[in-house]
Amino acid sequence: MFLSLTIICVVAGAILAGVNMMTMEPIAASKAATLEKAIQDVTPAFDNKPTEEAYMAVTGDGDSLKIYPAKKDGKFVGAAVESNTMKGFSGEIKVIVGFDVEGKLLNYAVLQHAETPGLGAKMQEWFRMEDKNQNVLGRSLANGELKVTKDGGDVDAITAATISSRAFLNAVNRAYSAFAGTDTVTGATASSDNTTKEGGNNNE
Amino acid sequence: MNGIIKENPTFVLLLGMCPTLGTTSSAINGMSMGLATMFVLICSNIAISALKNVIPDMVRIPGYIVVIATFVTVVQMCMEAYVPALYASLGLFIPLIVVNCIVLGRAEAFAAKNGIVASAFDGIGIGLGFTIALTLLGAVRELLGTGKLFNLAIIPEEFGSLIFVLAPGAFIALGFLVAIVNKLRKA
Repeated sequence: MFLSLTIICVVAGAILAGVNMMTMEPIAASKAATLEKAIQDVTPAFDNKPTEEAYMAVTGDGDSLKIYPAKKDGKFVGAAVESNTMKGFSGEIKVIVGFDVEGKLLNYAVLQHAETPGLGAKMQEWFRMEDKNQNVLGRSLANGELKVTKDGGDVDAITAATISSRAFLNAVNRAYSAFAGTDTVTGATASSDNTTKEGGNNNE
Repeated sequence: MNGIIKENPTFVLLLGMCPTLGTTSSAINGMSMGLATMFVLICSNIAISALKNVIPDMVRIPGYIVVIATFVTVVQMCMEAYVPALYASLGLFIPLIVVNCIVLGRAEAFAAKNGIVASAFDGIGIGLGFTIALTLLGAVRELLGTGKLFNLAIIPEEFGSLIFVLAPGAFIALGFLVAIVNKLRKA
C-alpha cells in the first residue's frame, strides 16, 4: 500500500521535474519578451538594452521602483518605470509607464491587475482614449500629480470605477516620483512638488 | 459519447461548477478552460485505467489525486511557456482542475472499472461535453455582457449589460441554459 503510493509519487515527481526543465526556458523567454515589448511600447526609440541597465530608484513615499533607461546614441531620451499600487479595488495593479526627459507621459501598459471585468479592467484602454479629459498620454507630470476629477484633478475617471482609476493614477504618480528623483535636471523641483502633493493626499 | 448531451457534466450532472462559473466571462476563456480540462480528463482516465490493478483500494483516492495533479501541473507549465496570454487570463483556475469533481468522478466511476480504450473515449466524451457547455455559457455571457462573440463585435457595446460578465450573470445565464437543455432533452 505504502509502496505503491510511494512509487506513484516518485514517478509523478520525475515527470514534473522533466516538464519543468523543458518549459523553464520558454517561460523565462516569454516573460522577458513581454517585458521588452512593454518597454518598447512606452519609451521613445532607443538603441541600448534597457533591461540590462535597469536600476532601482526611490519614490516620494520611500518605496523603490525599477527603472529601465532608454538611450539613443548614448544620450538619455527617456525611461520606462515599472510601478505598482496596492490601492486597487482587488489586489495589486502593476503598470509600466514611459516618460521622456521632460517628464511627459509617453505611454503606459498595464502588466497585471485583478480589477472587475468591464469596469476597472478598462484601464488598459480608458486612459489613452481621446474623449473629454480621460487621456493621460502626453501630459506632463512635472507640474504635479495626476488626479481624478472627483479629487480635484483633471483626469476623468473610468465610469463607475473611481477606485480603480485612483489606483491607476497612484501607480503612475509613483512611477513619475521615482523617475524624477533620478533625473538631475528636473529632479529638485519635481520632488519638492511631489512631497507637497503627498501631504495633500494624506489628508483625504 | 454519453457525455455530450445525455450526461453532460455541466448541464445535466451539474458537476464542476466552480470553474464553470469562474472562467466563462468570455467564449474563448470558456473554451480554453474546457480544452485544458478535457486534456487532463483523457490523460488521467488512461493513466488510472492502466494503474487500476496496481493501486490498492484503500489508497486509491490519494493515488488518483496525485495522477490528476501531475497532469494538471504539466498543462499549467506548458500553458505558461507557450500561451502566456491565455495563462494570464485563466491562471488561477488551472490548478483548480485538480479538485474539479468531474475529473475525479470519472476516474472513480469509470476509469477504475473499465479498460484503457473505453476510458480514453469516456474522457473525450465528457471532456467535449464540458468544453461545449463552457463555450456556450461563455458565448452567452460575452454576447449579453459586451455585445461581442469570440472578441468580434456583434451588437454595439451599449446594449450589453455588464451584469452578465460579473458573477451574478454567470448564475443567471447558467440557470437558463440548464433549463433550456433539460427541456430539449426531455422533448
